[in-house]
Amino acid sequence: MEVSRHWRLQKQRYELVGETCDSCGVKLFPPRDVCLECEAPAQELYTFTGLGEVFSYTTIYDAPAGFEHNAPYQVALIKLEEGPIVTAQLTDMALDEAYIGMPVEMVTRKLRTDGEEGMIVYGYKFRPICFEPVVN
Amino acid sequence: MNNYNPSDGLMKPDRPVGIVGYGAYVPRYRIRGEEISRMWTGGTGGSPVKEKAVNGLDEDVITMSIEAARNTMLRAQINPQEIRAVWVGSESHPYAVKPTSTTVAEAIGAVPNTQAADWEFACKAGTEAMQAAIAFVGSGMARYALSIGMDTAQGRPGDALEYTAAAGGAATLIGPADESVAIINGSYSFVTDTPDFWRRAHEDYPSHGDRFTGEPAYFKHVMGASEMLMNAIGRTAADYDWAVFHQPNAKFPQRAAKSLGFTPEKIAPGLLSPRIGNTYSGSTMIGLTAILDIAKPGDRILMVSYGSGAGSDAFDLQVTEKLPEVRGRAISTEGYIARRTEIDYATYTRYRDKLKL
Repeated sequence: MEVSRHWRLQKQRYELVGETCDSCGVKLFPPRDVCLECEAPAQELYTFTGLGEVFSYTTIYDAPAGFEHNAPYQVALIKLEEGPIVTAQLTDMALDEAYIGMPVEMVTRKLRTDGEEGMIVYGYKFRPICFEPVVN
Repeated sequence: MNNYNPSDGLMKPDRPVGIVGYGAYVPRYRIRGEEISRMWTGGTGGSPVKEKAVNGLDEDVITMSIEAARNTMLRAQINPQEIRAVWVGSESHPYAVKPTSTTVAEAIGAVPNTQAADWEFACKAGTEAMQAAIAFVGSGMARYALSIGMDTAQGRPGDALEYTAAAGGAATLIGPADESVAIINGSYSFVTDTPDFWRRAHEDYPSHGDRFTGEPAYFKHVMGASEMLMNAIGRTAADYDWAVFHQPNAKFPQRAAKSLGFTPEKIAPGLLSPRIGNTYSGSTMIGLTAILDIAKPGDRILMVSYGSGAGSDAFDLQVTEKLPEVRGRAISTEGYIARRTEIDYATYTRYRDKLKL
């Protein structure tokens, strides 16, 4: 089990913290420190809004080790409103609800547990948007 | 300093404080009381609630607290770095040793300049964290302190408590009174050693004293705390527009309210147990959020929690002009309750990890 790896990734996993490029303004997720568009250094942290839409998705019936507890579940490519595409599980929905273009929002959920004694790993998943804020 | 009278028990900070932001969370799954009754009594037994909320497979007190905390921050609109305490009260913390609160603090961006701790006192762990937050802010040690009451409550299959033990809760951010949506005028705690309900270490399910949970436990403490607080600050039930009491079922809070002189209308918006069950540490606080979702400036609210073992925390609150401006910034408590997917007993046993493979 890689406790240190989970710990290193927790900022991006809990809050969708990526980076933004100072020279061309592109937003990066996951953080890479170098802009994918203009190759300039990009180390300014940026917290994504968590809003996006389903770009594509699939259903996992035969889950890899550590994820059997959740099967069957859906994994999607989510196109964030700032541009990047992330891979994440869908949650809080039935298996027949997802569609390409579905508006979704990020939530922090249990990703997996390492047996009965190991750590519980938390991170982002996406669900159908359930609220539009009222602006007074 | 406030006048300190050892005999009245009133707790009031030197600096005025209030609730700057609040947020609820209820998972989307529901199991009906009739379905649990079908399993264990052939459908012949009644149920103390219509249905209860059940957490999904990937939810626990940490994930649910994070969502309630985020809703609170949406309403409060403050820099999370100004929070000096993140406290989570629960009797279902995911780890026996490793704080729930540090993960919540990390997820809302409050680390590292913050206190963090997990609280435990059966169903009143959340409100005692609120009292501590009042003291933290009221003393000037903190500008803001976050208190959360959240549970994924355990009910032994077939036990009377299985009908009500539910998942959900709420968070409140305590801060200066002049930034508040509701000012907290004072609070009071009524505590005795009363063995009505407990769970021993390493046990999956709690035990309880059956009928002992009523008069000497719930009613003595809830009534005691309510009356002492109202006496200490010179108010009666007629002075309040709304009241919310801990909700182990639908009947207890209604009976307590009636005995204290509150009309059914005054407790209706906060009486959520018939539709979501008993969310334990979350129960009283989520009832308060439902009231804040509809209350008007100037309204007075009495909030009284109950935790087995046993004790009650009572609070006197008054809504300010700021409330209507902030409440629409996050999903309402009723919004979460309306988001509902019914599940059967088999799915429930899987979601609640009652199936041992």
